[in-house]
Amino acid sequence: MSELIQLAQQSLWHPTGLVEQDISRTLGKIMTPGVDYADLYFQYSRHESWALDEGTVKSGNYGIDQGVGVRAIAGEKTGFAYSDEITGSALLDAATAARSIAMSYKDAGAIAVRDGGTMVPLYQPLDPLDSMQDKEKVELLRQVEQIARQLDPKVKQVTVSLAAVQDTIMVARADGLLAADIRPLVRMNVSVIVEHNGRREQGSMGGGGRFGMDYFTQQDRAGEYAKEAVRQALVNLDARDAPAGEMTVVLGPGWPGILLHEAIGHGLEGDFNRKGTSTFSGRIGETVASSQCTVVDDGTIRDRRGSLTIDDEGEPSQNTVLIENGVLKGYMQDQMNARLMGMKPTGNGRRESYAHLPMPRMTNTYMLPGDCDPNEIIASVDKGLYAVNFGGGQVDITSGKFVFSASEAYRIENGKATHPVKGATLIGNGPEVLTRVSMVGNDLALDSGVGVCGKDGQSVPVGVGQPTIRIDGLTVGGVSVE
Amino acid sequence: MNNHPWHPVPIDSQESTLLEIADLALTRATDKGATGAEVSMGHGQGISVTVRRGQVETVEHNRDKSLGVTVFFEHRSGSADTTDYSASAVESCVDAACNIARFTEQDEFNGLAEPDLLATEFPELDLYHPWDLDMEQAIELAQRCEQAALDQDKRITNTEGGSISSHHGSELYANSNGFRGLSRSSRHSTSCSVIAGEGDSMQRDYWFDSCRDRNDLMPPEEVGKETARRTLRRLGARKIRTGDYPVIYEAPVAGSLMSHLVSAINGSSLYRQASFLLDSKGEQIFNRKIRIHEQPLLKKASGSASFDNEGVATKSRDIVTAGVLNDYVLNSYSSRKLGLQTTGNAGGVHNLTIDSTLKGGLENLLSQMGTGLLVSELIGFGVNTVTGDYSRGAFGFWVENGKIEYPVQEFTIAGNLRDMFMSIEAVGSDVDTRRSTRTGSILISKLTVAGE
Repeated sequence: MSELIQLAQQSLWHPTGLVEQDISRTLGKIMTPGVDYADLYFQYSRHESWALDEGTVKSGNYGIDQGVGVRAIAGEKTGFAYSDEITGSALLDAATAARSIAMSYKDAGAIAVRDGGTMVPLYQPLDPLDSMQDKEKVELLRQVEQIARQLDPKVKQVTVSLAAVQDTIMVARADGLLAADIRPLVRMNVSVIVEHNGRREQGSMGGGGRFGMDYFTQQDRAGEYAKEAVRQALVNLDARDAPAGEMTVVLGPGWPGILLHEAIGHGLEGDFNRKGTSTFSGRIGETVASSQCTVVDDGTIRDRRGSLTIDDEGEPSQNTVLIENGVLKGYMQDQMNARLMGMKPTGNGRRESYAHLPMPRMTNTYMLPGDCDPNEIIASVDKGLYAVNFGGGQVDITSGKFVFSASEAYRIENGKATHPVKGATLIGNGPEVLTRVSMVGNDLALDSGVGVCGKDGQSVPVGVGQPTIRIDGLTVGGVSVE
Repeated sequence: MNNHPWHPVPIDSQESTLLEIADLALTRATDKGATGAEVSMGHGQGISVTVRRGQVETVEHNRDKSLGVTVFFEHRSGSADTTDYSASAVESCVDAACNIARFTEQDEFNGLAEPDLLATEFPELDLYHPWDLDMEQAIELAQRCEQAALDQDKRITNTEGGSISSHHGSELYANSNGFRGLSRSSRHSTSCSVIAGEGDSMQRDYWFDSCRDRNDLMPPEEVGKETARRTLRRLGARKIRTGDYPVIYEAPVAGSLMSHLVSAINGSSLYRQASFLLDSKGEQIFNRKIRIHEQPLLKKASGSASFDNEGVATKSRDIVTAGVLNDYVLNSYSSRKLGLQTTGNAGGVHNLTIDSTLKGGLENLLSQMGTGLLVSELIGFGVNTVTGDYSRGAFGFWVENGKIEYPVQEFTIAGNLRDMFMSIEAVGSDVDTRRSTRTGSILISKLTVAGE
């Protein structure tokens, strides 16, 4: 029995006296004739958050959420029930509800589960809530605020938040696999409002990952977030109206990789492709990007926000090639969609909690570096937009149309980034946009660890990244028509 | 302290459990030295079924409960939540909140709502109509809904299915000033989503209905037909030339403009000076035809409540009268920060309504616009509440002489919300009542459209 499984059992099974036989019996109950897959997902989650606003750390929250989700799959049918009580009788009740999709009911015998083998964890099974004294957390928030305020007298408002979660999960599958994971996650955000001559603008920056809270005090990260938030806000004070219309766009490294997440990532999730509802359906082997583009979804990067030692179905995460030198190579899969499509799971089966069904979801999605100097990329553009920071994005996977909103951008004129322009939404067509990538930089960067992806009402932490890239033609949604 | 207002319904056993646990939590908080405490609890249950190509795709059984507690030690506060209703878990939850309050800082504006503002009347709002919906019945309704959509036209090539869901439950808010407010509610929904066209020209759309009482739900076949109509009309979408045009927001997306208004006149945006409508009370922010008001006591409506999340009585009131901003959207904390009184909006606005300025619906609005753009879908999050700058992705239709000519896609609409509000010319009578923001289609005289 691996150490992770022992630790998980202590949190999940021992408090109510649940034992392996309860699991075996429950799985046996679900695996009635016609049911071809079933799993139990146990979760014990502790979360904590602190917020500073108007100079005062005036709120803090602590919470516990626990429960078990029980799922049965018969062909394309899924039955699902959950309980916030982790007891033998609650498990059997949920199993009865979940197997109701089957035509007839007959308990299979008990199904034994065993440790799926030792995975090398991609992060420490630490408790980020206890990784720092409460007094120090409050002190850290105050320090960050002070740094932001002292940078410039134009800084009028500072809000700082600090959040930590420890998620202990265990998956028991009808094929006998038992797997566990302990996932720490921390995040800090700094947001400022600056004012000058009656004009107000905002800037924000944050970061985090699968660490303890001391991550923010190392290498003065928290202070850097404050400086970056103030810098962005001050840049925006000078911003002019953004242009409207189609133009050449250069995207900076790191967070602008949200382009990949929206433009192609969602469209390559297995469920949409099994159903044929994605604009990328049935296009494996086709060219969907310029030959300079190679895009991966990699859940195996150590300590990253989007990384997972195992996914929420017990499958080890992977580095999956989505696009290789412009050619569409593969989809991201969970157990059900992989089986129905005759493909292998890729470790992308994720769920928001025990009370939600797993789906194929992204982990860390990024484009590999090319060989262009980023300065050369900007210098190559006569007239266009250079966008370096973004807010959120969204995609319609059926029509392929996607948007993402810039929060810091500059005009490019005669090969030089000139004055800043106000934030604007960029809109494009997923299967087309990467075919217009004409230059790829050598400066791959991943985001700082704040990404949240929403799908069907479920949120999960993700990462994105890319080098500087040039796109020959993307619609920029400003207000200045030329 | 002594008078305990109760919601005037016979209490069932689950609800008496909520009341007992709330008392336990409040007593624990007082024992720990808290000078004030409040508890929000809820339990609910339901079923959701999705059918795709006539076959069951998912059957989900939901059963949820939650407890959140906030404690005050003079002006320091802490909060905690749990899903475990056992006495020991509830006590540890309160203890955790008290522990947090040891580290947060004094903030003179922190505290429970003023006792004299708490609700004392609990009119029957008719929000609770549980539906004893079994799985077979739910599957059949979802099948009828999806089939009606698929039967409409051969150009419908694929489907994401038809769905039925039904949920009901109770919520309790209790505080150490003696307030106990219990509310029950139910919600039932029918929805459908299909795809028309093939390959690069696929289009998807959806429709849904959602009600407190299943007897008020649109028949499943009607939801299916409307889904098909909305999806088919998108086929053959073109790009649009960049320029300034008048724009109509179709009723289902027009509510988003009202939510941007609420963000800007919300107490927390105002005291942080994070709003483009700072100090705008008394100012003309819309044209004189516009009235926007809250109707918290509307029977069977989506956003109805007789008290807010702090127990404060909700009020029927004008927010905008003849285009002038009358009042903000405040809770106790933000109102104290601003030196004002709470408006009973802890947790949000209740049935925010923009009155129609026309007798007719979308047709009349299209005639009034003549030539321009009808927007039926918005995507992305390009709204900056600090500056009012607005830029979102959209899907819609090109309109000439009041007639829809063809669908358009892959464009953005942009402007500044301050200008956009002022240039709302008309509001149609085609009110979307499914959500808690109630508005008909809205015509704005000019927005910048970026396309090709």
